[in-house]
Amino acid sequence: MRILTGNDLKSGAVTWWTGQDWSLHVEDAVDVSGSEDEIASREEAARRVNVPYAIDAELHDGKPRPAHIKDRVRALGPTVRPDLTLKPADPDIGNWVI
Amino acid sequence: MYLYDQYDQAMVDARVEEFRDQARRRLEGKLSEDQFKPLRLMNGLYLQLHAYMLRVAIPYGTLNSRQMHALADIADKYDRGYGHFTTRQNIQYNWIKLEEAADLLADLAKDEMHAIQTSGNCIRNISSDHFAGAAADELVDPRPYAELLRQWSSFHPEFSYLPRKFKIAVIASDTDRAAMRLHDIGIQVVEQDGELGAAFYVGGGMGRTPMIAPCIKDFVPLDRLVTYSEAILRVYNRFGRRDNKYKARIKILVHEMGKDSFTQAVDEEFARMLDEGIEPPFAELERIRTFFEDPLFETGASEDIDRSDPDFALWVDRNTVAHKASGYVSAVISLKPVGGIPGDATSEQMRLMADLAKDYSFDELRVMHTQNIVLPHVRKADLHALWTALDEAGLGSPNLDTIEDIIACPGLDYCSLANARSIPVAQKISERFAANGKTEALGQLKLKISGCINACGHHHAGHIGILGVDKKGVENYQLLLGGSEAEDVSLAKITGPGFDEAGIVNAVETAADVYLREREDGERFLDTYRRIGMAPFKEALYG
Repeated sequence: MRILTGNDLKSGAVTWWTGQDWSLHVEDAVDVSGSEDEIASREEAARRVNVPYAIDAELHDGKPRPAHIKDRVRALGPTVRPDLTLKPADPDIGNWVI
Repeated sequence: MYLYDQYDQAMVDARVEEFRDQARRRLEGKLSEDQFKPLRLMNGLYLQLHAYMLRVAIPYGTLNSRQMHALADIADKYDRGYGHFTTRQNIQYNWIKLEEAADLLADLAKDEMHAIQTSGNCIRNISSDHFAGAAADELVDPRPYAELLRQWSSFHPEFSYLPRKFKIAVIASDTDRAAMRLHDIGIQVVEQDGELGAAFYVGGGMGRTPMIAPCIKDFVPLDRLVTYSEAILRVYNRFGRRDNKYKARIKILVHEMGKDSFTQAVDEEFARMLDEGIEPPFAELERIRTFFEDPLFETGASEDIDRSDPDFALWVDRNTVAHKASGYVSAVISLKPVGGIPGDATSEQMRLMADLAKDYSFDELRVMHTQNIVLPHVRKADLHALWTALDEAGLGSPNLDTIEDIIACPGLDYCSLANARSIPVAQKISERFAANGKTEALGQLKLKISGCINACGHHHAGHIGILGVDKKGVENYQLLLGGSEAEDVSLAKITGPGFDEAGIVNAVETAADVYLREREDGERFLDTYRRIGMAPFKEALYG
């Protein structure tokens, strides 16, 4: 599957296209195969996202998981600072990244 | 240290307001990202893996306590309570919001700091010896010359759009503590027949094509320092390649022209420029020098150190360095606790370091390119009190220049260019050697890790270097041996096939064990490697 990501223009936070809006959580992302360019252009023009682009992902426990480690680190936060990630209380989150 | 005059302050304040307007227009949609990106980069604002990242310039690594306090306040106000000290003596914040960036820059400007020219194809922050003005072995303090070059290169209209970024380092001792010959221009202040001058090394660098800068001129009178620098930049600006960013650094130009032809071109340009009046009046250098006069060292300060506490004695042995004034040392605050993140400091730690600098080091701190902090002028009599305060704050690691004092770039945990994570590897190696007790026996062993070929972690210059690569979507680590960034400069060589994360930690220990087995009296790891060559290490690593 292909999922769409970018950064929030104001905060720079990593965001994911949910089908209606942008979420901080990659598990909210939806498959945009075939329509990624159209959505990216529209959303960037509306200044709801900065430099959007599509990446490959796979379903993992029924939720999207980016195919490449760089995108997984990007989705979660720095692996060396679990307290700064989106899931600071999840002890197994490192396995999701690696 | 140098203090802004009205012109410096006006320039920085004006730039803040210019950026405020640019950011506003971007947020209002009047500028596209393509239009805005070069503008934000000129102000040090990157878009990194997780958020905007701001790189703040710390000229030649020198700070006063007021500025360190300001950096701590910025970490709390605009970031997440910490900062990352870099391998070019700067600091980076990882979680900056665009809508707050102009306010941040305004706060920096209040304390004579900025982020100008910390990105882009321009002359970057001038780096220098972190023990400048304190080192027992220096000819003179190199910082006035670095400051003169900072002023010359700031907003220089001719050099704002170079073929590629440009880095300058200035030292003034035969011991190279600034990786001088791995810069685009490395300058060593030297003495010839009783006169001070500058030796110019041009065309060094790391990155994907590492090169050691050759000396193109062994003596340029100091009243021609700026003119000769400008001649080099003009030749580079004219002949440097702009068609391929990977061949655009000056090291490629020097290599392709050949040292002699490049030098001839610079000399011809220099000769043409002598009548152009480019050199600032010598009085300006003299004015700058007044900011770098020695503090009032106590005459007859005690040389005695009570070494009865073994932990303190170890820290003194490892983390203090000879000073030019009797009764004083330079003390290194390690930002490399076992299992920690190299170069990171919390806002609380920054404030403590600032307060300790005020109490014990004439209000001065230095950022080392090795990602530690120096208090340059500490009385030996104050060392125990200083160490006690540092140790209580987790800043008392006694590991300067040991295998636990690892340089590591932010790597894939933060950097959008990285291919592999650097920090976890550094953490595991420091934990391994802290646990196996080999650190002391290994002595000086400089280990440097980069998460990609751009080499921000200086892996080419490590006695042991590690380069993270992407191998079909999986992190993989190449091991390199034999590099040095010091006066015995050399480039490390790859041992062979790479390793996974656990494997590279084992490989480092294997290489260390070869050294312990093969070394002769007084040899460092690097010396043994140079004597016995790669073969015994490869045999141990790959069988």
